[in-house]
Amino acid sequence: MMYDFFVDLFGSSTLAGIISGLIQAFLPLFTFILPFALFAVWLERKVSAHMQDRLGPMRVGWHGWKQTIADILKLIQKEDIVAKDNDKLLFNIAPVLTFAGSYAAFAAIPFSGYFIGTELDLGVFYIVAVTGLVVAGILMAGWASNNKYSLLGSMRSVAQIVSYEIPTMLVLLSLVMISGTMSLHTLSEMQTGYIWNWFILGGPGFTLSKFLLIPLMFTGFLIIYISTLAEVNRTPFDIPEAESELVSGYHTEYSGMKFAMFFLAEYANMFAVSAIVAAVFFGGYQSPFGYLGNLVGAEWLIPVEQFFWFTAKGLFFVFVQMWLRWTLPRLRVDQLMTTSWKYLIPIAFVNLILIGLITLL
Amino acid sequence: MSQDLTKNTKVSSQSSKIRTEEMILNMGPQHPSTHGVLRLELGLEGEIVTKVIPHIGYLHRCFEKHCEAMTYPQVVPYTDRMDYLASMGNEFGYAVAMEKLLGIEVPQRVEYIRVIMAELQRIASHLVALGTYGADIGAFTPFLFCFIDREKILHLFEITCGARLLYNYIWVGGLSHDIHPDFVRKTREFIKEFRPNLKEINDLLTHNRIFIDRTANVGVLPIETAINFGVSGPNLRGSGMKWDIRRDDPYSVYSKLDFDIPVGKGTYGTTGDSWDRYFVRVLEMEESCKIIEQALDQLPEGDVTSAIPKRIKPNVGHVYGRVENPRGELGYFIVSDGSTSPYRVKVRPPSFVTLQIMDEICKGYMVADVVTILGSLDIVLGEIDR
Amino acid sequence: MKKAEEIFQLLKDNFPDQNLELKTDQPTEPVILIAPDEIEKISLFLYKNTELLFDSLVLLSGVDEVKANLISVYYHIESTSLKHKIVLKVSTDRNNPEVVSVTSVWKGADWHEREAYDMFGIKFTNHPDLRRILMPYDWEAGYPLRKDYENPEFYQGMKVPY
Repeated sequence: MMYDFFVDLFGSSTLAGIISGLIQAFLPLFTFILPFALFAVWLERKVSAHMQDRLGPMRVGWHGWKQTIADILKLIQKEDIVAKDNDKLLFNIAPVLTFAGSYAAFAAIPFSGYFIGTELDLGVFYIVAVTGLVVAGILMAGWASNNKYSLLGSMRSVAQIVSYEIPTMLVLLSLVMISGTMSLHTLSEMQTGYIWNWFILGGPGFTLSKFLLIPLMFTGFLIIYISTLAEVNRTPFDIPEAESELVSGYHTEYSGMKFAMFFLAEYANMFAVSAIVAAVFFGGYQSPFGYLGNLVGAEWLIPVEQFFWFTAKGLFFVFVQMWLRWTLPRLRVDQLMTTSWKYLIPIAFVNLILIGLITLL
Repeated sequence: MSQDLTKNTKVSSQSSKIRTEEMILNMGPQHPSTHGVLRLELGLEGEIVTKVIPHIGYLHRCFEKHCEAMTYPQVVPYTDRMDYLASMGNEFGYAVAMEKLLGIEVPQRVEYIRVIMAELQRIASHLVALGTYGADIGAFTPFLFCFIDREKILHLFEITCGARLLYNYIWVGGLSHDIHPDFVRKTREFIKEFRPNLKEINDLLTHNRIFIDRTANVGVLPIETAINFGVSGPNLRGSGMKWDIRRDDPYSVYSKLDFDIPVGKGTYGTTGDSWDRYFVRVLEMEESCKIIEQALDQLPEGDVTSAIPKRIKPNVGHVYGRVENPRGELGYFIVSDGSTSPYRVKVRPPSFVTLQIMDEICKGYMVADVVTILGSLDIVLGEIDR
Repeated sequence: MKKAEEIFQLLKDNFPDQNLELKTDQPTEPVILIAPDEIEKISLFLYKNTELLFDSLVLLSGVDEVKANLISVYYHIESTSLKHKIVLKVSTDRNNPEVVSVTSVWKGADWHEREAYDMFGIKFTNHPDLRRILMPYDWEAGYPLRKDYENPEFYQGMKVPY
């Protein structure tokens, strides 16, 4: 639509292509991800405060909602420190790469029935591949900091992310087997109707295989939730940023806006993986009990509602991630590896085989 | 499990014939997890620790030399500042030692109030130890729960002597003020609120699976090593030995009070690991509540300042007086030459002795475990360096 | 549970050629005086003897006795199983103090002796790692807890008394 509009305006298809492409790229960034990241930081501070019997930011705006804006303004005007022995190129690229990796995953996530970044047939495959860029960014950050602690932190982080990609992929693979498509948009479309059509409850239809799948789906959901928790470096898997041992791990040496980029990348990543879990298991943008737009006959209301449902589900999972962070202690690095390789991967594998057998029915 | 990892790294470096060096990592004086300014030099092979060398002295304030220039009563505020998390215990130790040297007896009311203050201080100090230990492991919430209860204790201290952290309250021969009229009632209320809070902290942290995985079987301290090094307090009791100065060398009115000595039993791992030391502190808080309740019931009337001597001039001699501080056995060795100033005051800080065993018990564990072990030993640099 | 006199008698029986003395005149505890180069042998005996079993060194402190021109080291030791304790005292010449280290008997003596060295200048022979512990490692102006200690003017370019 946007492309056609620009073609009519400019008359040249390449220019229209470029401009519409740029707008389409930056639109979700500025209207959704950045405001979401600001909101998520505020939410985290409030959630942690209320869990710890205190209030959190209260002064800057009503209950401190402007606090994050104040923090970002402060970070922007800070001095950008680059130590003498740092590898300048890698040091500067690392935060960009980390942010790009988490942001690029948003392209394939269906926010509502009528808006998706790109209509990819390989949605799931693309997301898993592109979040691997984050690993490269973290490794660069740790190496270029010229600091033993940062190097330790980034090496641990790489080991962690790579190990936990495998259970994620196995569970997503089992979903692909059931639904027969890799596109997240189609996956969400398949879960139309009401809550019992969601994959967490076995999938659409009323066949025998649906009921057999329910326990396996729950297991798969737990596995993927834990694995994605490890991929975004949240407690109990936050060894790379273990504040009490490594003083901030791989982003110790970063100050000012570069640190803000790591920070925002973490929250964007959190939402991205929550969105994937919601899209795959919990019906994506579908409402659990029908649309208000259908009820009152307003067709245009439906995409808005879908967007609302999708964001609500994503936010709920982000909230659970924050809840876990402030309750549980941290796992040691060898225990982390044991959890992945000795527990999650075998269970995910067995899960995959059983689901495969059931789909043959 | 940890010993196997060391074996594997050695074999791999020999077989590949690549010259591998031990990496020296500095957990420097400024670090979020060393409890104070402590520098730990770790020798690492990969992630396994081969040696730990603590460097101290960053907080040395020449307490002992200073004492030789002051009179005996003037030393009391300085004793507060050594172990600043357990100030009442420090002052109590000095008072016990001096009263032994002078041979004076204090009124019973003074003794009971001193015991109540010392036990409240024990609870406050253990709350800090548990909270910061949880924060080191990564659980940030119990830290704040512990500090809520600690605030109530500090309020009780504030209405008694006006200060929240460094009191100058227990003087040689008595106390500086009598307790506030509301003190008994408020203390009873605090104990009533504290017991369910303690249960909540236990549910959150103590029996948490991840916490147990991090602390069980880590930093095992065998009893013989502990006694040979002179370790005392919860660290020794965590290894299974029932040794408590309040029971084995009683001072003040502890012989009249009924309480139990919790020891570590190896519930989730080997006896003497970090979890045992941590759990001994949790149980001790419960025992302290019992002691405070009994002392409040038995509190007699009297004058708290009647036995304070006008001028302290002991005979020539020496004395060693000790108390059970939250961190272990705190001892004062005072040598007097007959004048109004001490000739030599030597303090035996429990954390000083405990820090020596870091090298012994950290070998073969990983870097993350060093933080766990250091947290379970509960040291305060103020009393190590004096 | 043994009294100081009984412990002293046991020591005298087992080390007849030593010049041991029991001082009981000063408050508050009786002290056994021992020669500086024999302290390790006697400590090993006290540690191993089945009637004594002194398994814990509670405190090791130095005292500068200017008037007698001596530097003394007091050892407070205790038995956790038999519940008795005793104080030992070793005195050496003030100008060149040397005492045998007891780290081979009680490992906890390690840092106590380092502190005595740091503060008084007492050299403990056979100590595994005798260096300063509380003062900076390169402090050259002497031993702080001696009675005749003066603060230096400068330390590494910084003015010391301010």
